[in-house]
Amino acid sequence: MTIRRSFLTGLALLALIMPSIASAKDIQVAVAANFTDAAKEAASAFEKKTGTHVSLSFGPSGGFYSQIQQGAPFDAFLSADAERPTKLETEGLGIKGTRFVYAYGTLVLWSATPGFVDSKGAVIAKGKFEHLAIADPASAPYGVAAVEYLKKRGLYDAVAAKIVKGSSIAQTFGFIDTGSAELGFVALSQVYKSGKGSRWIVPAGDYTPMDQQAILLKDTPEGRAWLAFLRSPEGVKIITSYGYKVHTS
Amino acid sequence: MNDIGGAIWVTVNLAATTTLCLLVIATPIGWWLSRRRNLFKDIVTAVIALPIVLPPTVLGFYLLVAMGPKSPLMDLLHPFGVRTLNFSFAGLVIGSIIYSLPFAVQPIRNAFEALGQRPFDVAATLRASKLDTFFNVALPMARKGFLTAALLVFAHTVGEFGVVLMIGGAIPGKTEVVSIRIWQLVEQMDWPSAHRLAGGLLVFAFAALLSLLVIDRRWSAQNDA
Repeated sequence: MTIRRSFLTGLALLALIMPSIASAKDIQVAVAANFTDAAKEAASAFEKKTGTHVSLSFGPSGGFYSQIQQGAPFDAFLSADAERPTKLETEGLGIKGTRFVYAYGTLVLWSATPGFVDSKGAVIAKGKFEHLAIADPASAPYGVAAVEYLKKRGLYDAVAAKIVKGSSIAQTFGFIDTGSAELGFVALSQVYKSGKGSRWIVPAGDYTPMDQQAILLKDTPEGRAWLAFLRSPEGVKIITSYGYKVHTS
Repeated sequence: MNDIGGAIWVTVNLAATTTLCLLVIATPIGWWLSRRRNLFKDIVTAVIALPIVLPPTVLGFYLLVAMGPKSPLMDLLHPFGVRTLNFSFAGLVIGSIIYSLPFAVQPIRNAFEALGQRPFDVAATLRASKLDTFFNVALPMARKGFLTAALLVFAHTVGEFGVVLMIGGAIPGKTEVVSIRIWQLVEQMDWPSAHRLAGGLLVFAFAALLSLLVIDRRWSAQNDA
């Protein structure tokens, strides 16, 4: 009984504390997994500048899209594609006119083993590997791009049985990083800084451009300031340092 | 979705294989644990019970590392052409065996314990060998424990998600089980298919638990009569 009572007391205390944890100046942002590192750096720079704490959640864009549809309490959404933010805008769940491309993503064939991926990406056609990791196309745009490339080059059927799917591009990276999959398709941003292993940048024309769009979901000054920061020279500098391209007007 | 059938087949196959393996593995363990307790056996019992308490992500993480190509365990398998057990059906079976181990050991151990000492004393007076006693006295008398263990393990393996998510790689027809498929369907916003599969699992889980209770009641009534 005492355990139960102290448990209940704990819960009650937690309920009292909770509202103060999420102070008015905090914002919650859903971030596509490929943008994890850049978002962390941008968020800490933004907090230093404005005092607004950005609480980041990472996962596959598709997962966030369904969560937002079910009322997930995010202030903004940084997707890995243009399709989902566009849908949210037309469905009235995103704030009209706040949608923009914060980064253009690049698909890369990557292996943790140096020299495994050659400079032309011919390693796939040779087929001397057991597992090729991609992000699950059902929820991750980078997975869609990977399948698109494989199909366009007529390689898909040959490797289909070797494809393993990570639930997000982050898990896909983990599969390859641990060597469980010898190689796979990830986002350039994930391997840009480390330079680990071997990689080949998939030609941009071989998949639909990865216009990674952001959209505001709750119209608050802090949320707007956060999106504005991503477009500011300081934000752009952080984003491009991870290998993303940014449209400069 | 066309590959729902494949996911169901993988799930049933995985649950059946795990159940068979665990009945074999858990029988000696349950027997050994049921005879005279000591601190060492308590430690073993605690280790076996860990999967009940640990988040599946902890188990999944360790399995991912242990079955990865850089693991010393996999070094032993390299001569046989096995690089990694991640993303393979065999890997899922190993994960499921560990994940469901307590659900097999506990009922079997309890059943052996419930037998008490008397049947063994009787068998000894009849000059039955220890092995003979085990197979012809202990096993048949503990059959309820085995049935409970089999049902629990099967149902628990069908209900597995976290471990499979971390080591499976969602290969259709190989490592993509129903629970993973449901998750993907939800992510894709394919609610109708998700509803059908989730409803199916709900009915299955209820039927499994109900049959456990009915079996328990019938057998208890038999024993009382």
